[in-house]
Amino acid sequence: MTEKTLMKGNEAIAEAALRAGCRNFFGYPITPQTELAAYMSRKLPKLGGTYLQAESEVAAINMLYGAAAAGVRAMTSSSSPGISLKTEGISYMAGADLPGVIVNVQRGGPGLGSIQPSQSDYFQATRAMGHGDFYLPVLAPSTVQEMADLTYVAFDVADRYRTPVVILADGMLGQMMEPVVMPEALDPADLPEKPWATCGHEGKRAHTIVNSLHLDPQALHDENVQRFERYERIKQDETRVETYLTEDADIVIAAFGAAARIARSAVNAAREEGIRAGLIRPITLWPYPAEAFCACSARAFITVELNMGQMIEDVRLAVEGAAPVSFFGRCGGVIPTPDEVLEEIRTTAEGLV
Amino acid sequence: MSHQELQAVFAGFGGQGVLFAGKVVAYAGLIEGREVSWLPSYGPEMRGGTANCSVTLSDDPIGSPLIAHPNVLVAMNQPSFDKFAPELAEGGIVVYDDALITPGSELPGAFGIPATSLAEQAGLDGLMNMVLVGNVWARAPFCSRETLDEAVGKCVSTARAHLIEKNKEAIALGIEAAHGA
Repeated sequence: MTEKTLMKGNEAIAEAALRAGCRNFFGYPITPQTELAAYMSRKLPKLGGTYLQAESEVAAINMLYGAAAAGVRAMTSSSSPGISLKTEGISYMAGADLPGVIVNVQRGGPGLGSIQPSQSDYFQATRAMGHGDFYLPVLAPSTVQEMADLTYVAFDVADRYRTPVVILADGMLGQMMEPVVMPEALDPADLPEKPWATCGHEGKRAHTIVNSLHLDPQALHDENVQRFERYERIKQDETRVETYLTEDADIVIAAFGAAARIARSAVNAAREEGIRAGLIRPITLWPYPAEAFCACSARAFITVELNMGQMIEDVRLAVEGAAPVSFFGRCGGVIPTPDEVLEEIRTTAEGLV
Repeated sequence: MSHQELQAVFAGFGGQGVLFAGKVVAYAGLIEGREVSWLPSYGPEMRGGTANCSVTLSDDPIGSPLIAHPNVLVAMNQPSFDKFAPELAEGGIVVYDDALITPGSELPGAFGIPATSLAEQAGLDGLMNMVLVGNVWARAPFCSRETLDEAVGKCVSTARAHLIEKNKEAIALGIEAAHGA
């Protein structure tokens, strides 16, 4: 199926995961990600895989822990409140160095919030997916094609660095349909072996242990330091970003995911008015593509987010005070229009004269 | 063939085929190799309330898939008409079922046709959505005539293949109604 077809973003993630060799999915229904689990429930049994609707999100993440420990590619998905429930298990996975893919199709928060699109879990995804001292790669698709492509990437990154990986999408990307070309299907049997996996060895070798408990402080210290050395390699090799018209831009917008699409429309409209605007779209939210900000000579930055201002902190860290950074956003499921963002660009442009 | 960007909103009650009508138009864009986005409303509003979808066909990458000012509106109930018609872009058109909707004021570019009764008289019950799609295509063609029929084939599941021809007939009815007007 290299043919271009129309697919919902949620389904594109599911299909791409199957093609990446994922044969184990543990879910629990929640709007606006339910189509993902539904797709898996239809397809996985036919592929000899396991679709399991868990009794709760907490159960689902611990099933992911178990499947990952056994060395297979596995996924769970949810939306904001459900992800909060999974964070304990995600921390355990990070502590046990287990690869797995966790999809968050965000909705408005806090609490039960709304079921409409939002980017209000940026802090959670990039700073604190559970307790302890760890990060995990966070991929932020902006199109349905990227929902598929980055899912494929997520499994590779998870296996390569033995870490859980988060796909941070939102209700708009999950529900909308766009043309998509699926990546080639992998046979799970062709995936590299995982000698550390606890998948049974018939007494032929020393047994392997997957565990996040270290009662000896020095042992835990050393584990964490080693993990952070791996994070350095992730920063070096896995940082992803798209820049659009930034070379000569006076004003650069920083936006990811769905917000980046709205920002891009606004940048085009600003250019038509003669305002030199550009866009930096982080594709990995961790590691954050700080270099892209250093590389441009903008006189002002605006972050556009579907929240009350979260990524703006990373933009300020990247810009290091070289230029003012302002914020424009809507939250709770309200989607800003390109016109509103354009107005923000105009106001900023006037301030520069 | 017009290569202007199509920014269409399809709106009505859940169950009227609002999302399906939008999907056919989206597939027409896909078949002709254009950039396409289809964004549905979702959530409690779909349970007995209003449903809508935004469909953009463009020759450039699509920014926001949410359409604030459609240049084409297909309205299937009064609340949808009242909500979206005032937001129409300059020069945009509205096509609606005139048995279900009464425009509050004179609106240039608004075309009412008896879509439901046209469909029923032709034995195409429940296909007024496609009558409206045919009608709007005739007034603002967004793809070739052949593509429109091909798109129907792509959107109807194999289990319901017998409905493909009926959908095509409904489209033809809508086109005819535009030419007669």
